[in-house]
Order: sequence, then C-alpha cells, then structure tokens
Amino acid sequence: MGRFILRRLIQMVPLLLGITFLTFAIVNLVPGSPVQRIQMNPRATPADVQRITENLGLDRPWPERYVYWLGDVLQGDLGVSLINYTPVTDRILNVLPNTLLLTGTSLVVALGLAVPFGLQAAVRRNTAFDHALNVITTVLFAMPTFWFGLLLILLFAVKFSEWGLPSLPVGGTRDLRGESGPLDRLQHLVLPAVALAGVQLASWTRYIRSSVLEVIRLDFVRTAEAKGLRQRAVLYRHAFRNAVLPLVTLVGLTLPELFGGALLIERIFAWNGIGRLAYDAALSSDYTLIMGTVLMFAVLTIVANLVADIAYALLDPRIRYD
Amino acid sequence: MTEEATPRPRAGRDASLGAVVGKGRQVPGSKQAPGLYVRAWSRFRHDRVAMFGLILTMAIVLFVLAADFISAATGFNYWYGELGAQFLPPFSEEHLLGTDTNGRDVLVRLSFGGRVSLLVAVLAGVTTLLIGGGVGAIAGFFGGWIDSLLMRLVDVLLSIPGLPLLLLISVLYQPGPLGLAIVIALVSWPGVARIIRGEVLGRRHADYVEAARVAGALDSRIILRHIVPNVVPLAIVWISLAIPALILAEAALSFLGFGVRVPVPSWGNMLEGAQDYYARSWTNVFIPGFAIWLTVLAINLIGNGLRDALDPRLSD
Repeated sequence: MGRFILRRLIQMVPLLLGITFLTFAIVNLVPGSPVQRIQMNPRATPADVQRITENLGLDRPWPERYVYWLGDVLQGDLGVSLINYTPVTDRILNVLPNTLLLTGTSLVVALGLAVPFGLQAAVRRNTAFDHALNVITTVLFAMPTFWFGLLLILLFAVKFSEWGLPSLPVGGTRDLRGESGPLDRLQHLVLPAVALAGVQLASWTRYIRSSVLEVIRLDFVRTAEAKGLRQRAVLYRHAFRNAVLPLVTLVGLTLPELFGGALLIERIFAWNGIGRLAYDAALSSDYTLIMGTVLMFAVLTIVANLVADIAYALLDPRIRYD
Repeated sequence: MTEEATPRPRAGRDASLGAVVGKGRQVPGSKQAPGLYVRAWSRFRHDRVAMFGLILTMAIVLFVLAADFISAATGFNYWYGELGAQFLPPFSEEHLLGTDTNGRDVLVRLSFGGRVSLLVAVLAGVTTLLIGGGVGAIAGFFGGWIDSLLMRLVDVLLSIPGLPLLLLISVLYQPGPLGLAIVIALVSWPGVARIIRGEVLGRRHADYVEAARVAGALDSRIILRHIVPNVVPLAIVWISLAIPALILAEAALSFLGFGVRVPVPSWGNMLEGAQDYYARSWTNVFIPGFAIWLTVLAINLIGNGLRDALDPRLSD
C-alpha cells in the first residue's frame, strides 16, 4: 500500500509542473506588462521604468522567469497581490477553511441523498417513485447552479420574510454582529451548501440507479438470492457495495465542477472563500491573486483525486496496488 | 477489399455503416437493410421525451431567431432603456415580460440575449469538437509518444477547474462573444479528446481495419473510410450532451461579469444585472434563468434520446 501511495505521489509531480507551467504561460503570454501602469504616471522617468522593470525581473525571457517563479511557488510563496501587496499565500490560506467547509458539506449532502434515492429508484424500477425521481433529477440536472442559488434566496430569504415566516441568512459565513455560535454558522451554511449540492445530487442519483441496475443482473447476486438470503441482505451486502464503488472515482472526477460551482455560490452568498477571492481578484485584474486561486483549486483537485484513488484501492480488494 | 464489398449479414453496426457510407458499391441483388442513421431516426422518433425536447429546442431557436421581428413588433430594442419605467412587472401594458433595472424591455432582451448565448455555445461546441476530436484521433491512431504527450496535456487541463481558469483567461484577454466561444473551447476540449481517443484506439486494431491495411490502404484512407464513420455517432451524442454544458459555462461566466459584456445581452449577464435587485423585481431574476434552464433541459432530452438511438451501449 505504501508503495502504491508513493507511486501516485510521484505521478503527481509532472502534473503539478504542467499546471504551473500552463498557468504561468497564460498570464505571461499576454501582450503588455504590469509596468505599463507605472508608465502612465506622468512623473515616472524612463530611468524609473527601466529600474522597476529590472527589479521585477521583467527584462528576462519568460521561461527564465518561470523557473524563478516556480522556485518561489515550491516554497509556498505565490507572490504578492498587485493591488495591495498582501501575500497571496496568506490570503488564500485564510479563506481555505471556508471553501472546504462549503464544498465538503455539499458533498456530504449530495452523497447522503443520492445514495439512498438512487438505490430505491433501482429497487423500485418503473414504479411511480422511480418515474417521479427521474423527473426531479432531470429538472435539477438542467438547473444552472447560480440560478438555483438565486431561487433559494428568493424563496427562503426574500419571500419567507415577506410572508412573515422565519427566513434564512443569505450573506456571509456567520453573523458579524456579536456572538456567532454553531447554530448561526449552520444557518448560514444551509442555503449555499444545498445550492451547490443540487446538480451533483441529480447526476449521482442517476448514476447510482443505473449502476445498481447493472449489478443486480450479475451472477453473484443471483447466487446470493439462490442461497435464500433475504432481499435486504442481497441488496445491501452484495449488490450495493459493488454498485457504489465506482462512485468514489466519479466523485473525484466531479470535483473540478464542484469547485467551479463554489466560485459562483460564494459570489452569490458572499461566502468568504477562495472562489470569492478569485472573483474579487478578477474584478480588480489582480493577476497574481487569480493565478494563486487557480493553482490552489488545481492542487485541491489533484489531492482529492489522489485520496479517491487510495480510497478505491482500499475499498476494492480486486485492485492490486503493488 | 473493404467490408462492404463482401455480402454478410447486416446485423452489426459496422456492417450497416457500410451501407450508409458506401452506397454505390452494393453487391447487385443484395437487399439493403436500413442504415444506422435511418434506424436511429426511427428509434428517436418514437422516443416521446426526446421528441418533446426537439420541439422545445426548435421553439427556442425560433424565438431567438425572431429577435428582430419581436423588436420591430414591440418597438423596443435591447439597448435603450426608459429610465422612468424601471422594474415594471410582466404583463405591463407594452412590456409583456416587464422591464429591467434600466427600464429596457425584458422580452426583447431575452430574445437577443438567447441568440448570443446559443451562438456562443454552438460555436464553442463545434470548436471543442474540432480540437478535441482532432487531438483524440491523432493520439489514438498514432499512439506511442505522441499519445503520451497529448494525454498528459489532457490530464493537466482536466485537473484545473474550468471556471476559475476561464475567469483568468477572460480577465486577461477580454474576449468578445466570438473570442469567448474560442476561449471556452480551449478550456473544454480535453474531455472529448479522451473519449475520441478511446474510441479510435479501440478501432485501430479492429479486424476490418487490419484487413484494409493488409489490402494496402493508406493511413488517410483508413482514417477517413473506416475510423471516422465509426466515431461520428459518438461525436454526435457528445456534442448534443456538451452544448447544454457550454451554455451553462457561458452563462456562468457572463453572470460573473466576465463573459459577454454589456450592452450586448446574454442570458447570463441579464441575470448579473438583476441579481442585486431581486427584492424589487424577482421576475428579472427568474426569467433569464428560466430560459437557460429550459434550453439546457430541452437539449439534454435530445441528447439522451440521441444516445439511446445511436448507441444503446452508452445508455444508462
């Protein structure tokens, strides 16, 4: 097992190099340079511009700059914001827990609902329940994440308070006035997490349904039934385990989508996470900050995929990992 | 020399594809079974849900094509707003869907905006298919180091979440609608490249390809006559399922304010303009989002139908 993990870790290295190279190339191949802002200052002399260009290393060819930049990145230094010169690494790490809380919760919500519903849909195939669930997932699957979020706000915040019903907060991660207990944090978390879980919930429910349907046709399920096991035992002990296993990989592969969704949801709900940071950075054209967030999202994706692979290898005894 | 020259039971899909591709070289007297696409269409036609999706999509396309007529009929255009008439609710005297933040007619903007949204998505879809299909075919057909290199590039791109990357590129290059389609394609091609590669790789050593090779066919002939026709159904299914995703990508980016830029309307940036005022006018938030949702739903239904019709192996 140790060797398997080690090998997967080594495989990550070229991937990370590729990601850093691509991100750097995208930003550095744009015509123009940050020095142009300084040139607009009427009091900047050509000598000043020259000096600043050299200080920033912008007189060097970009492959050389990439190597220097990569050296810094490897030491955890993503540079400073172009707007207010705060270290990018610190700003990302400050809000990272919020993003992990949001994406983690919606992952749990989506899986927690998709697994039982998908299983029931497969077991009760072609019943009213199955058809109803099919309609619901089709409707939900086509829903743009941001529109779903806005509709939740419209209903649970705007309309509920108009109707005098208890409404949920829709901005920020906690109540900034006074104490913020766990209940308050939870209230702030509910709507964004549900909004983010929506699309994944739909696609995973369908996936589990078809996966279970495929597995219950197999011989070992018939064997278990022939042995006289109760249907529940066949379903949960034999069929279910095999049907749900591929979901581990699927969840890993869906993560980039989830992080993309987090960007939108954090924007709508003013959730202080990496996505919101990326959005704010984009508004102020703060390239180093956006680059940092893109890299962070990519690293989170790779690490999560690694975890998914390891989990798969641990869960499936058929996988040999040496 | 090729498989359609020898009569054999036309049951498999390769055989029937021969019937479509090589119509002119039928063995005289052999009875021709309906081709893959004919059979697919008859399956699709009987799929009520898919037909519903098709009709819905055609209605939406008609609606956005009629933008100029709607504009002429109502007397409003998408850029001029009557500042005294902001946030009018739907079914106001002259404005069927009300007016937006700047007092512009929502119906006219919805129609023009849909045109932009659909155009960007279709253009991005075709470009994605060209890049991804090309890369996938090259990687799958030639294999070796070319394959390794291209697939590593695919791995890299697939592990960067698309939306933040789109945001970065869009901020840097500030593309117009056309450029936006290309940028979205540049970010989304790896998925289809991987699928096409797998399909081509599987066909590369198929018996009929080996037969053609033994018979002395050139690479170009093998690719064009034996591999491409077999990959086309997959590409059709893929693009019909990808266009909704691309509509959503454009809408998400425009919603954040970095996609299609004002005053050109798109369904995404209409939502962006409306979201801060949902307490004053919830219909402004509801209507463009509903349009996106309905379109994505309709095309998804077509895509599912096409998948079932063209390749039952892919169905869930």
